[in-house]
Amino acid sequence: MSLLSIRDLCIALPEGADRKYAAKDVSFDLAPGEILCIVGESGSGKSMSANAVMGLLPQGVKPVGGAITFDGQEVLGLSERQMQDLRGRRISMIFQEPLSALNPLMRVGAQIAEVFEAHGELAPQERRNRALKLLEEVGLPDPESAIRAYPFQLSGGQRQRVMIAMALALEPDILIADEPTTALDVTTQAQILKLIENLRQSRGMAVIFITHDFGVVADIADRVIVMQTGEIVESGTADEVLLRPQHPYTRALIDAIPRLNQHDDAEQPARTPVLSVVGLNKTFVVGSGKLFGKPRVVKAVQKVSFELCAGETIGIVGESGSGKSTVGRCLTRLINPDEGRVMLDGADIAHMSGAELREKRRSLQMIFQDPYSSLNPRARVSRILTEGLISYGTPRSEALEKARDLLGLVGLDPSAMNRFPHEFSGGQRQRIGIARALMLDPSIIIADEAVSALDVSIQAQVLDLLADLKTRLNLSMLFITHDLRVAARICDRIIVMQKGAIVEMGPTGKVLHDPDTDYTRSLLDAIPGQEYERALAEAG
Amino acid sequence: MTRFILGRLIKAGFILLAILIFNFLLIHAAPGDPAAVMAGEAGAADEKFLADLRERFGLDQPLYIQLWTYLQGAVQLDLGFSYRQQMPVAELIADRLPATLLLTGVAFLLSLSLGVLAGVAASARQGSWGDTIISTLALLFYATPLFWVALMAALVFSVWLGWLPGFGYSTVGAGYTGWAHALDVAKHLVLPATTLGLFFTAIYMRMTRASMLEVSRLDFVKTARAKGVKRRVILRRHILRNALLPVITLAGLQAGQIFGGAILTETVFAWPGIGRLMFEAINQRDYAVILGVFYISGAMVLLFNLITDVFYVIIDPRIRLTG
Amino acid sequence: MKDFWTRFRFNRGAVIGLVILAVVIATAIAAPFIFPTSPWKMVQRPFLPPLTQNGLPLGTDALGRDVLAGLAHGAYVSLLVGLVSTVVALAIGVPVGALAGYFVGRVDDALMRFTEFFQTIPSFALAIVLLAIFQPSLTFVIIAIAIVSWPPVARLVRGEVLSLRTREFVEAATLQGLGNAQIILRHILPNALPPIIVLASLMVAQAILLESSLSFLGLGDPNIMSWGYMIGAARTVIRTAWWLSFLPGMAILLTVLALNLIGEGLNDALNPRLTRKSE
Repeated sequence: MSLLSIRDLCIALPEGADRKYAAKDVSFDLAPGEILCIVGESGSGKSMSANAVMGLLPQGVKPVGGAITFDGQEVLGLSERQMQDLRGRRISMIFQEPLSALNPLMRVGAQIAEVFEAHGELAPQERRNRALKLLEEVGLPDPESAIRAYPFQLSGGQRQRVMIAMALALEPDILIADEPTTALDVTTQAQILKLIENLRQSRGMAVIFITHDFGVVADIADRVIVMQTGEIVESGTADEVLLRPQHPYTRALIDAIPRLNQHDDAEQPARTPVLSVVGLNKTFVVGSGKLFGKPRVVKAVQKVSFELCAGETIGIVGESGSGKSTVGRCLTRLINPDEGRVMLDGADIAHMSGAELREKRRSLQMIFQDPYSSLNPRARVSRILTEGLISYGTPRSEALEKARDLLGLVGLDPSAMNRFPHEFSGGQRQRIGIARALMLDPSIIIADEAVSALDVSIQAQVLDLLADLKTRLNLSMLFITHDLRVAARICDRIIVMQKGAIVEMGPTGKVLHDPDTDYTRSLLDAIPGQEYERALAEAG
Repeated sequence: MTRFILGRLIKAGFILLAILIFNFLLIHAAPGDPAAVMAGEAGAADEKFLADLRERFGLDQPLYIQLWTYLQGAVQLDLGFSYRQQMPVAELIADRLPATLLLTGVAFLLSLSLGVLAGVAASARQGSWGDTIISTLALLFYATPLFWVALMAALVFSVWLGWLPGFGYSTVGAGYTGWAHALDVAKHLVLPATTLGLFFTAIYMRMTRASMLEVSRLDFVKTARAKGVKRRVILRRHILRNALLPVITLAGLQAGQIFGGAILTETVFAWPGIGRLMFEAINQRDYAVILGVFYISGAMVLLFNLITDVFYVIIDPRIRLTG
Repeated sequence: MKDFWTRFRFNRGAVIGLVILAVVIATAIAAPFIFPTSPWKMVQRPFLPPLTQNGLPLGTDALGRDVLAGLAHGAYVSLLVGLVSTVVALAIGVPVGALAGYFVGRVDDALMRFTEFFQTIPSFALAIVLLAIFQPSLTFVIIAIAIVSWPPVARLVRGEVLSLRTREFVEAATLQGLGNAQIILRHILPNALPPIIVLASLMVAQAILLESSLSFLGLGDPNIMSWGYMIGAARTVIRTAWWLSFLPGMAILLTVLALNLIGEGLNDALNPRLTRKSE
C-alpha cells in the first residue's frame, strides 16, 4: 500500500496570475522508503504540489480539487490543528535557502528542541540531548558548540544539515526536500545528497525530492515525475524516465543538459595574447572604519596571472567565495585591484583612470548573471542599447541602426527596441544583455555566471548563441561559472580557483579528465549524474 | 558588546559637542550683538550685564578662542545666566528636568508597549474588524496635532467631566507627602502622558504591524509551520522577536520627537518641565535658556538612544557576538 | 502608469484622502476671492458662537474676527508651508543621500555623520531655536521646517542608492562608458523614485503638523493667519469658547489625515510587492 497517494490534485493560483492553475490533475503515489524526484523548470508547479501535502501553500493559492491521502487519512480539509500534528511528526520539510529558513535570532539547539516542544515530546533537558544526537547524526562537526551557535555563525552546508536534523527529529514517514541543494556548492551538494540517501536507508523514510537538476535526479531517484506548466508530462522509474524518455519535453530537457565530455579539444592555431593578467591581488577589509571594530581581511584574489588569447574562451571555475567573480570585476575595473597588471593592447588598464580608462575599457565588456537586475527596469531597450555608444560620440541614428542589427544577431525582433525589460522572458533579457555588451565592438567579453540563472533549455540556447557570436565576431571570452558542465561545453581552457588563488589551469579536456590537483578532482567527483551521463553516452 | 556600547557612548559625546558648536554658531549668526543674544531681551538693556558677558566670553577675541571659552564652560555645565530669572540656566534646567523625564519616560514606555501590543493584535488578524478599527485609530492619531489633542483632553476630562486635574504637577497647597503625593502626581500625569503618548502609540503600532506582516512572509516562519509549531508560539517566538528589531530602531530615532512633543504638552498642561521652561523662554526671548534646554534635550535624546541600543543588542545576537 | 491608477483607485482610503485634499486646495485658492477682506479684521462682536448669525457661519473669535475666513486663509498657509518646505527638504536630502550612497567610504561617512547629527537632535526643539533666534517670517518658518525634515529623505535615498549601485545594470552602465552623473541621474534615481514619492507625501503632512505646532507656540509669522495660531490664540478662552480651538484643530486633522491616506495609497500602488505577494 502506498504511504501517500495524490489523485487529480488541482491547485488554483490567485486571480491575475499568468495561468489559472499552479498544478492541474496531478496524481502520484509514494511508497514507504522510496525517493521520488519531481523535476521541472521554474514555474512548472513542482513545489506547489509538495507544499500542498504540508498545507503550506502561499497566501491566495489553494487546492480546489482532488485528494491527498496520507496513511489512509484524507489530508485536504484537515483543520489547522490536525495539520499541525501531522507536520514535523509524520511529514517534514526542508527548503532551498538554509539561511533564511532558520530564525536568525534563535540558537540552533533551541530551534531543534522546538520540534519536540511543539509536539509535546520529551522533557526539556532530554530535548537538548536529542538535539545534540541529531546534529551528530547529520554530520555536523563539533555538535557541542553547534548547538549553541546562531545560524549566521554556520556555513551554508552546515545550516542545511541543521535543517535536516530538525526535519528528522520525530522520525517522520516522509521528508519533503524542496530544492535543498540548489543554493549550495557542488561539493556540499554531494555531501547533502549522500546524507539524505543514508538517512533514507537507515530510517526507511520516504523522500519527495524537488529539483530542476537531472544530474541530481539521476543520483538519488527511485522514481521520477516530470512536470511542465503545472501538469505531469511523464512519470516512471528513474531508468525509464532518464534513459528512455517518452515525452518530447522530457527528451528536450535531457538533451539540453551540458555534458562533461561534450567539448572538442581543437588546438588553437595562433596564440596571440590579447589580455595578459600578471600578479593580480585584491583584499577586502570587512568591518573596518568602525570605532573598535576588528577588521576582517578577506583575500579575494591572490597572485592571479594568466593570458587570454585571440579567439579563445577561458573558463574560470570555482565554488562560492573562490574569487572568480572578483577577478572579472577587477579586470573591468568595476573593482579596483590592489596590485598587479592587466595588459590590454600593450597598456595596463589596472592603473588607468579617467578618460584613458574609459577609452580603453570599451573593448572589455561584461555579460551579467541575473537577467532581472542587469537591465534598468525603467529604461526602454533602445536606450539600454544605445546610450553607451552615444556617450562615446556616435550619432544617435547610427547607434539606433546598430542596436537594431544586433538585436537581430542575438535572435530578437527589432520591435523589441521600444519595449521595457519586464516585457521579456529571462532568456530574452539575457539576449538583450548580450547585445548591449556587443554595442561597443569589444574584443573581449567577460561572462559572469551568464547562464546560471536560466532554466536548462534556455541555458543551452544562450550558450550556443555565445559560441556562435564568438566565432562570427572573432571575440575572446572569459567565462566565469560555478558549473563545470557549462564550462566543459564552451571553454577552450579552464582555470580552477580556490580561496582567491589559481589551483589549476589547462586545456579543458586535461582539466576535466586528468586533473593535476586533488581539489579539482574533488570538484569533479562531486558533480551529480556522472554515471548517468556515461549511461546516456553508451545508449547513444 | 561592551565595545559596541562604548562606541555608541563616544559617538554620543561627539554629537553633544556638535550641538554645542551649533549653539555657538547660532549665537554668532543671529542678527545683532552676540552679547545681546546671550543676555536675552530683558538683559540687553543692562549695559553692565552686557559688558560682563563680553568679558567672560572674550567676545572681542578671535572666534575660535571664543568657541573654546564657550565649550569649556559648557562642559562644566555652565550654560549661561538667565537675566530674566536671575538664575544660572543650569540650575533652572536641573530644577525642571525631573518632571520632564517623568513625563517623557512614562509616555515613551506607555506608547511603546501599547503600540507594540496593538500592532501585534492587528497583524495577527489582518483584514479583520479588529485590524480595521486599530489601524483606523492609529491613522487618526497619527494625523492629530499633539497640542490640540492635549487641549481637547483637558477640556473634556478636566473642565467638563472633572475626572482628572488638567493643570500642573501636583495640587497646589494640598501638602501631600509620601504615597499621597505620588498618587497626586500620578493623577496629574495621566492626561499629559496619554496625550503625549497617543501620537507615538500610533507610530509604533503602524510600524509593528507592518513589520510583523513583513516578517511573517519570511522563510523561517514557514519552517516553523512545517515543524508543526502552534500559531501563537510562531507569532510570539519567531515573528514578534524579529519584527521588533526595526521597531526598536525607530523608537530610538523617535526619542527626539517625544521631547519635542513634551514642549507642547507641558505648555498646554502647565507641567513644570524643561519644555514649559522653553515655552516661557520663547515668550521672554530668553535665548540663554532656549539654547540651554536645546542642549540638554539633545543629551536626553542620546540617553534614550543608548537605552534602545542596549535593547537591540539584547535581542539581536548578530550584534552581540560580532559588533 | 495605468496599473498605478487602477491600484490607486481601488484604495478607498486614498480616494477619500484625495477628495478631502481637493476641497482644502480649492478653499485655499478661493480664500482671497470669497473673503477678500483681511482675516485679521474685526467684523462683529467677539465670541459669537457658530450658526447664530447669517454671513458668519462659524462665528467670531476673541477679537471679533471671522473664524471661517481665518480657516480659509489658514488652508492656504498650511498647504504652502507643507509643500514648499517638503520641496526644500527634498532638495537637501536627495543629493546628500545620493552622494553618500553612491560614493561609499569617506564621502558617505562624512555625509552620514552630518545627517545623523540632524536626525538625533530633537527636531522640534531645533526648529524652535532657529525661529526664536531669527525673525519668524513665513520664509524662515519654511526654512526651519525644511532643515529639520530632510534627514529621513537623505537616509532613505542613501539606502536605495546603496542597494541600486551594486545592481548589475548600474555596473553595465559603467562599462558602457557613462559618467557618474549620468548613472546617478538616469539609472539610479529613477529607480529610487517610488519610495521618495511616498515619503514626500507623508512629509507634507508632517510639515503641516510642525507648522501648526510652531504657530501654536507663537513662533509663526505674526502677519499671517494660520490654523496653529488660531488655536494658540483661543487656548486661554477654551473654557468659554471651546469651538475656537476645536474648529482649526479639525481642519488640521482632516488635511493631515488626507495626506497620510494618499501616502498610503501611493505606497500600495507604487510598491505592490508589500501588499500582495504571490509565490
